[in-house]
Amino acid sequence: MFIGKGAAMIKNLSEFGRSLPRIEARQKVSGSAEYIHHFTIPGMLFGKIYRSTVAHGKILHINSTIAKSYPGVHSVITGEDIKKIIPNPYYGPAFLDQPILALDKVHFIGEPVAVVLSQDPHIAEAACQLIEVEYEELDAVFDEIEALTSSSIVHDELKPSGTFPDLKHLIGRKQTNIALDFHLKHGNSDDAFKRSAHVFEHIFHTQQAMHTPLEPMVSIAVPADNSITIHSATQMPSFVRLEIARLLGWQENQVRVKSAHLGGGYGAKVYIKVEALVTALALLTKIPVKISLTMEEQFYTISKHSTTFKIKSGLDSSGRLIARDCKVYWNGGAYADIGPRVAQKSGFTAAGPYDIDHVSIDSYEIYTNLPPAGALRGFGIPQLVWAYECHTDMLADELKIDPIKFRKLNLLRNGSKQATGSIITHMESDLVLDTLSKKMAWDSNFDRGNGVIRKGRGIAIGFKASVSPTTSTAVITMHGDGSCLLAISTVDMGQGSDTAMAQIAGQTLGIETERIKVIRPDTDITPYDMGTLGSRSTFHMGNAVKIAALDALDKLSLMAKKAGLDEKISNSPSTILQKTYGMQAGTVIGFGSYKPIYIPTDLVTGESKNVTPFWMVGASGVEVEVDTETGHIKITNMINVVDAGTLVNPKIATTQISGAAIMQCGFTFTEEMLFDDGQLINGSFADYKIPSIHDVHFPIENICVTSSHDTGPYGAKGIGESGTFGVSPAVANAIFDAVGIRITSLPITPEKVFQALLRKNEGEANHEH
Amino acid sequence: MNTSQLIHFQLNGKNITVEVENHINVVELLNRYQLKGARESCGQGLCGACTILVDQLAISGCLTPAVMLDGKSVQTVEGLSSINEKLHPIQQAFINKGAFQCAFCTPGFIMMTKHLLDINPNPTDEEICDFFTGNLCRCGSYPEIIAAVHEAVELMKN
Repeated sequence: MFIGKGAAMIKNLSEFGRSLPRIEARQKVSGSAEYIHHFTIPGMLFGKIYRSTVAHGKILHINSTIAKSYPGVHSVITGEDIKKIIPNPYYGPAFLDQPILALDKVHFIGEPVAVVLSQDPHIAEAACQLIEVEYEELDAVFDEIEALTSSSIVHDELKPSGTFPDLKHLIGRKQTNIALDFHLKHGNSDDAFKRSAHVFEHIFHTQQAMHTPLEPMVSIAVPADNSITIHSATQMPSFVRLEIARLLGWQENQVRVKSAHLGGGYGAKVYIKVEALVTALALLTKIPVKISLTMEEQFYTISKHSTTFKIKSGLDSSGRLIARDCKVYWNGGAYADIGPRVAQKSGFTAAGPYDIDHVSIDSYEIYTNLPPAGALRGFGIPQLVWAYECHTDMLADELKIDPIKFRKLNLLRNGSKQATGSIITHMESDLVLDTLSKKMAWDSNFDRGNGVIRKGRGIAIGFKASVSPTTSTAVITMHGDGSCLLAISTVDMGQGSDTAMAQIAGQTLGIETERIKVIRPDTDITPYDMGTLGSRSTFHMGNAVKIAALDALDKLSLMAKKAGLDEKISNSPSTILQKTYGMQAGTVIGFGSYKPIYIPTDLVTGESKNVTPFWMVGASGVEVEVDTETGHIKITNMINVVDAGTLVNPKIATTQISGAAIMQCGFTFTEEMLFDDGQLINGSFADYKIPSIHDVHFPIENICVTSSHDTGPYGAKGIGESGTFGVSPAVANAIFDAVGIRITSLPITPEKVFQALLRKNEGEANHEH
Repeated sequence: MNTSQLIHFQLNGKNITVEVENHINVVELLNRYQLKGARESCGQGLCGACTILVDQLAISGCLTPAVMLDGKSVQTVEGLSSINEKLHPIQQAFINKGAFQCAFCTPGFIMMTKHLLDINPNPTDEEICDFFTGNLCRCGSYPEIIAAVHEAVELMKN
């Protein structure tokens, strides 16, 4: 790095676009990488959570006498105890509906009711079994459609957080399970349907699923005089600080939140998970408290919404889409978490990446007596793409148009208006689709076989708006030798953000990435960031880091000038600092803050002129074999194509797309949370099957099309979720191509395929019920 | 009834004698020695994140009572290389092929690779997949992991 003439050197150095290994790679392969999972404090207490055994009920009595007298138990804490230090112990990012421990009522089986504390986690676990709770059971409701009209009401009154102006109209609503209703009216779909030559309507379902990060959720709270430090495996350190300070009525600087490498996140570790509970326990006992959830307990903490999606399309005689109605019902479970934002901020893309003049969308977040649902890799988009891309192929089939040609005929392109009214820019949907078509050799003959094993191929394309409005900030500290510290609250949970941000800083400063150390999130040190979610970090934090680096360079230039150094020659930071301070001393600090422009959606029409800073688009194509005797499906080839702008680190980017598609294979074929009267019956890897190496051992090609986003750092934008979009509907479309049966609900199990084949053979309707 | 036992075992080449409670599993014992590569995740021996080698055989640390290490030789990922030293070829292969994302599962995969290459120095893709059936990677780095095993074979030739 040189200031002055040396700036020319920056052009020769290309840190951006370099496929270096993750900067923490050595720690990760040597087992020494730091995870909160391992964090301990001498003398700390372990908490074990006692969970509700009824799906909906009034708490009549909690008997913890025997548990308290169990040798080695420090104490047993209930919701009433927590009220002593936090009088209003309700939290949530959109609705203040979730108590730290159940109060008065329980709302789902698995809800935390009490905690046993002990210095020995085994004692806490054993004593937990000795708690007895009496309930007065209430009628429960589990299905999102039933919940619309059920007399069983999950929450007596809606409690939207006062901080969101667009939720204010919901305050005080009673006798409803609809937490949030989002409506969008673009054009006039009623009239357009009347004019349509063809109208088709279909219903699709997706299942409740769980992220299952291999590092289960874990938090430790360490109390001190007038302050608390929370070590947490969180994707959102800044939010946790704010929310804990709000709960306690403290200043933000009294709450310190530290994160580390995360053993997976995928949206499971956003907002508040165990943090509020350990905080309350540590303040009550005045002792550090750690709670590590088990794999099973994670299923009771957050999940991916199950959905029902009714989609209706009107087409003219040429096959152009002219009208679309979308009704999406999101099963949010017992607490809102970020679910209302999923219903709303993904809901507005429910009509898909198609240019349709008349669109109507109604998207509902619904309370039920199931574990809460929130964000899982795609923020609701994979559920929507499942429906609209199966529907798209069904339309193409009805009109006897090739599925890719049909999509090309209707595709949403740069310059056209999305349903919100925002003009699409920098979304290479044509390029993505064309690349996929070419890679799959779509125009050449495809052998579908004629024996027991039949072959088919299918594609699907989905899109997403980056969540807005959100802010990222970054601080770069430069030492006299030119090495730097980069302080950001972005959490590296495996996506490679530390490496990407160091590369962006290196590119801007003109130094090798290896000379930059990224500081783990620590809210006392690393400045504010909205959170690591929604594929937002590369774009938002990347911009903030670039601005911070430019700020540091500006400051160095100014120092050089003040120190009287010749601007015509190159001066290293070391020279500038030595000249300024008379020795190798001093520090240069650059600060960067980035918040893109955003215009909120209108409450009535759902329209906005600028609804997102960038659009993501991703498509998948698969070839499958269907065993017509067993219903088993085997993918034989998969191609994933995304527009991720320019790539900070092509190798890491490709791995991430591949990983997203592989994860989505689990949600496509095997993963489904199963319940018996509200009781989860498969909350372990023995029964809940995530993809193993055998399940995904087929050729996977991952391609990022050549593109660049004008407002992204060096043209980059988000990438973490785009690989998930198209996988599930591409598989369903390929199965239809192979054997002519249409699966309309996830997961696609051999049983469903086999039964659909039977029905088809019996000449029944080929629509799944 | 004894609730703990005195055991003797070798840990990454060092002799250890320790009094250990009967209900403690191997992962908990290793944590006491600040060895954090073996991690309890699923708690049921199904994910492989706790994989270590005991007498050169890969086992699930979360399912194994620590007292069963008595008289055995234990190798963990930390035993493959140490701070600021050259990495073991398998570790280097995982870096070269970018075979991890969050890496919570990585030490388990690396120890499994060690066991595999000990008994089968040049495995096929199918053999690798068969061997890794009990190791889960939620980030889905499986294609890169297969490539890393082949890379390790190459690096170990040199």
